[in-house]
Amino acid sequence: MSEMAVDGSKRRFLVAMSAAVGGVAAVGAATPLVMSMMPSARALAAGAPVEVDISKIEPGMMLTVEWRGKPVWIVNRTPEMLAMLGKDNDRLTDPNSDLDQQPEYCKNPHRSIKPEFFVGVGVCTHLGCAPSYRPEVGPADLGQDWHGGFFCPCHGSRYDLASRVFKGSPAPKNMLVPPYKYLSDSKILVGEDHKA
Amino acid sequence: MEKVISWLDARFPLTASFKAHLSEYYAPKNFNFWYYFGSLALLVLVLQIVTGIFLTMNYKPDGQQAFASVEYIMRDVPLGWLVRYAHSTGASAFFIVVYLHMFRGLIYGSFRQPRELVWILGMLIYLCLMAEAFFGYLLPWGQMSYWGAQVIINLFSAIPFIGDTLSTLIRGDFVVSDATLNRFFALHVIAIPLILVGLVAAHLVALHEVGSNNPDGIEIKKHKGKDGHPVDGIPFHPYYTVKDILGVTVFLIVFTAILFFAPEMGGYFLEANNFVPADSLKTPMHIAPVWYFTPFYAILRAVPPLFGSGFPGVAAMGVSVMIFCALPWLDRSPVKSIRYRGPKFKIALACFVVAFLGLGFLGTQPVTPVYTVLSQVLSVVYFAFFLLMPWYTKYDSHKTEPERVTDK
Repeated sequence: MSEMAVDGSKRRFLVAMSAAVGGVAAVGAATPLVMSMMPSARALAAGAPVEVDISKIEPGMMLTVEWRGKPVWIVNRTPEMLAMLGKDNDRLTDPNSDLDQQPEYCKNPHRSIKPEFFVGVGVCTHLGCAPSYRPEVGPADLGQDWHGGFFCPCHGSRYDLASRVFKGSPAPKNMLVPPYKYLSDSKILVGEDHKA
Repeated sequence: MEKVISWLDARFPLTASFKAHLSEYYAPKNFNFWYYFGSLALLVLVLQIVTGIFLTMNYKPDGQQAFASVEYIMRDVPLGWLVRYAHSTGASAFFIVVYLHMFRGLIYGSFRQPRELVWILGMLIYLCLMAEAFFGYLLPWGQMSYWGAQVIINLFSAIPFIGDTLSTLIRGDFVVSDATLNRFFALHVIAIPLILVGLVAAHLVALHEVGSNNPDGIEIKKHKGKDGHPVDGIPFHPYYTVKDILGVTVFLIVFTAILFFAPEMGGYFLEANNFVPADSLKTPMHIAPVWYFTPFYAILRAVPPLFGSGFPGVAAMGVSVMIFCALPWLDRSPVKSIRYRGPKFKIALACFVVAFLGLGFLGTQPVTPVYTVLSQVLSVVYFAFFLLMPWYTKYDSHKTEPERVTDK
């Protein structure tokens, strides 16, 4: 044994191979631990659709319901509010809803199935706060050019009454419109549409 | 007693370790006020671990019960309020002490060669501390806990491509929920503290290998006496243990005064909204992180989104923390201590302090156009301090360092 010359390259090769195999084993052992951190079956099951009665929402008023732990807004927009929607288009980041932030059937100027009823997920696309509903026109704290919309208190993102974000806001995209469908004139189902 | 010691010494390096790290660890004799904060940080670490252990005996990491269990600790557990307030005040005290400790390193050049690794280990400790504070702040399950966690976790979803999966992985759900609370509890009470204690040990071992810096920024090991010890060094024990006991006494007077008379510190140590239970449908009108994160939070808000992505702001915030690690290689001055540096460095450091404190203030305030511009200006100053350092330290004038430490 001692008379044999040490083959250094063979040793390095064996060490590198052992390390590589050991590394694969470590990744394999870590996989179940990381997988256990993903949402559980219970969390996945909690995403059931929510049925909402919209007949009680007065014009100009907003109802908040919970869907998948997130706030979903239903706003009954008045004709005046709808008339305001087109006016700020040049100040919006994505006025034509080109980004995939709504179902295909809501890719229209009012971002809803029926123009008057707006349904949207109330989660700011910046860092996930719930913006507040500010329907008034030109309030003191938001300025003269405010035509009603949603204002995020966390970092000052501004959205119009169809959840479309204004340029200059920290938020990059319009807020999400969830899939939904009308069960009747007075009832909607949030979380499921006719495709499903 | 001697027999017991020699029995132990034959089996474990007890006396040898005591000598190496205390009675025969030679520290420069000219330590001043700024050298209290290392030992104070160690004290606060012990305080947090001990109070934390007792809090877990009554706390319930459950979305339904967490808020109530904290109130139970505050009202029904005998002296529970004291343990809880000691822990929450300790969190802020930890950051005060650590920021002063880091500032000491900054002014006396303690991050410079040969102490680069001591500095980097210190930065890793600071990162652990931030993680610890963030995970711990969710546990009371108040409105600020909830929305603070929501915002910070969403920072990760701004990372291109993997962001959404990553933030879902952190939460264990699609929103901050019971699953999130439970895992943050696990990370807060076991995972991060284990890493933290290991890093603190490594920080001290690395420091004792290279030896402490001092207010003159010169190496005492250059002048050794016949006994092989630095002539300007004195044994850490008893000289600095005694000095540090004085520091501990003064610190505890201030700490207990806050603990008993202003544990919420007017909403800066414990925010008013955190006494409202978490509500996933309603964001508080004004949300701000706890004071020790506000400088970085202000930088996050100062950077506008680029190309439809919020990532640049998140990246700027991450870099603003991590850039401290690069200091040993950014500083090109021939001298270490501020005592012998020229005016350029002093002005730059003063601007940095103003920027850091200014951003800290702005991070607590609501967004207004004026404040946004102000935080953008201060963010530029903040980064300029680091990025221009190779130039202003290289072309700065400097005084000659003394050969031996001075008695100022």
